[in-house]
Amino acid sequence: MDLVCPAGNLPALKGAVDHGANAVYMGFRDDTNARSFPGLNFSEGNARDGIRYAHDKGTRVYVAINTYPQPGGFARWQAAVDHAAELGVDALIIADMAVLDYAMRAHPDLPRHLSVQGSASNYEAIRFYHEEFGVRRVVLPRVLSLSQVARVIDQVPVEVEVFGFGGLCVMVEGRCTLSSYATGQSPNSCGVCSPASAVRWTETEQGLESRLGELLIDRYGKGEHAGYPTICKGRYAVGDATYYAIEEPSSLNTLELLPELQAMGVRAIKIEGRQRSPAYVRQVAKVWREALDAVAHDPDGFTLRAEWLAALGKVAEGAQTTLGAYHRPWQ
Amino acid sequence: MTRVVPTLPRLTLGPVQYHWPRERLEAFYAEVAAGPAEVVYLGESVCSKRRALRLDDWLAFGEQLAEAGKEVVLSSLALIEAESELKALRRLCANGKFRVEANDIGAVRLLAEQGVPFVAGPAVNIYNQHTLALLAHKGLSRWVMPFELSRSTLAEILADAPEGVETEVTVYGRIPLAWSARCFTARHHNLPKDACDEVCERYPDGLLVRTREEEPFLAFNGIQTQSAQTYALAGEIADMAGLGVDLVRIYPQAEGTDAVLATFAGLRDGQLAADAAQVALEQRMPVGPCRGYWYGEPGIAADTKVVS
Repeated sequence: MDLVCPAGNLPALKGAVDHGANAVYMGFRDDTNARSFPGLNFSEGNARDGIRYAHDKGTRVYVAINTYPQPGGFARWQAAVDHAAELGVDALIIADMAVLDYAMRAHPDLPRHLSVQGSASNYEAIRFYHEEFGVRRVVLPRVLSLSQVARVIDQVPVEVEVFGFGGLCVMVEGRCTLSSYATGQSPNSCGVCSPASAVRWTETEQGLESRLGELLIDRYGKGEHAGYPTICKGRYAVGDATYYAIEEPSSLNTLELLPELQAMGVRAIKIEGRQRSPAYVRQVAKVWREALDAVAHDPDGFTLRAEWLAALGKVAEGAQTTLGAYHRPWQ
Repeated sequence: MTRVVPTLPRLTLGPVQYHWPRERLEAFYAEVAAGPAEVVYLGESVCSKRRALRLDDWLAFGEQLAEAGKEVVLSSLALIEAESELKALRRLCANGKFRVEANDIGAVRLLAEQGVPFVAGPAVNIYNQHTLALLAHKGLSRWVMPFELSRSTLAEILADAPEGVETEVTVYGRIPLAWSARCFTARHHNLPKDACDEVCERYPDGLLVRTREEEPFLAFNGIQTQSAQTYALAGEIADMAGLGVDLVRIYPQAEGTDAVLATFAGLRDGQLAADAAQVALEQRMPVGPCRGYWYGEPGIAADTKVVS
């Protein structure tokens, strides 16, 4: 199984390459990718340097062009595809059908991966993207159980990549507009979820409040860890209870499932977090490289090492990790 | 030059999003059969664990509505993960009688494979005219605009839309904002999803979610999360007709759907002014209105500038 690591900037890319990533994924500095955050992503010069650095060390580079263009902006997505091809990247990660179609016609030999934002949660959907747009790999939404992942792999003629670690979307990716409902900007339309420009922090008598636009997402008492106000991770009142009504703040960590994921034929493990620091990328890449080597060498003897969990625990979002949808009771 | 007066959009009734018991659905569709909706979408589009009705039951509703002169479309499940769900989807797509609204690309593939025309529901990501044309080539005959798209985006898409494709825009209903593998209604009741007792049946309009300042924000409808506010575009319908919108969709709600349909019929037929229609609609909403998406603003916004 390949290790696919996030590269939000050049130092993160180098960290991932140096610590054993088989591939890194990046985006350009605009809304053509789903992490269109201020200060993140690659200018033309940085992209060239990063790609050269990765290729010199045998690491592949994927470019995410995985938001949904609206008519007025379509030329920007075409330009991003052409630019990535000209830079000599190894694959494009795309969600929108029209962008897939353009890439297939303009650069037929450049592999196309279906982004998790493409929202293909079953093998009939994946077959469609393969038949129509020659998609070579699919990144699965984080809503499938282990047995459902296995079933998909059995039924599709493409490689399957799954998320292994990092922030967790509890909603099926590519079809969530909670963010634009509150702020006007969503991952699909603008490449952002709960954009920083809409976030407000206020110290009040009741505690520290986080808002998106006018909406109160959470309020923290003294000593409580305050998280970023992503809508699905806020506390709300439902009936008589106020609680994390959608999802407890936690990170996905599937390290313990590696033998099963390998046995069912998963082609690559994706690490979330292009918005995270270079230190996060280095730390996570290092642990997952060791774990993937261990499971490849001896799947039956694979055991979790305490130092892996300690290292990942330091960089996880929130205090806890979860197996997410892979773990049946979670569903 | 003579000005072409656009044809007024036809009224459609979207699928019931909630878990209503059979008796409630029977009474509801009997009323719909006698009402002004010209197209009726039927079926369970949210959760496969809701087993009150089987495909044959929906087909029976379809027959009754077709006899009453309605165009009937069967809506497919939006989030399809399990093999059992794919099996049900294949039966739905092969029903041989009624057109299908695909709410997932898996359904698109099955319908394209059969070579039958289909409708793409609002959960299919059509954000530009090129995607619309690609799907039209596979048999799409009508699309329902995704909720988060604005009037200006729609105008751009329709300026360059493929021939012979109908456009439908939702004008009334709580907005489906997200789907999950998790069931938030069951979670609220501390029930595991696979032993949920179909507890969402207790919430015929969804389960209200408020911020910690008591502001209504969302509504849990099982694995689907909706807006608490009801999307309502009443004064905008004349403009939609001018843009080339062929159909406008109303989503069912627990109480007063007949009155909502009657309001839109009055508006469409020029018997009701837009202001009066908006007032009448707001009286029927579980919480209150929103209409930001149409104006390119946050979806929850209700106080928007009307553009003409």
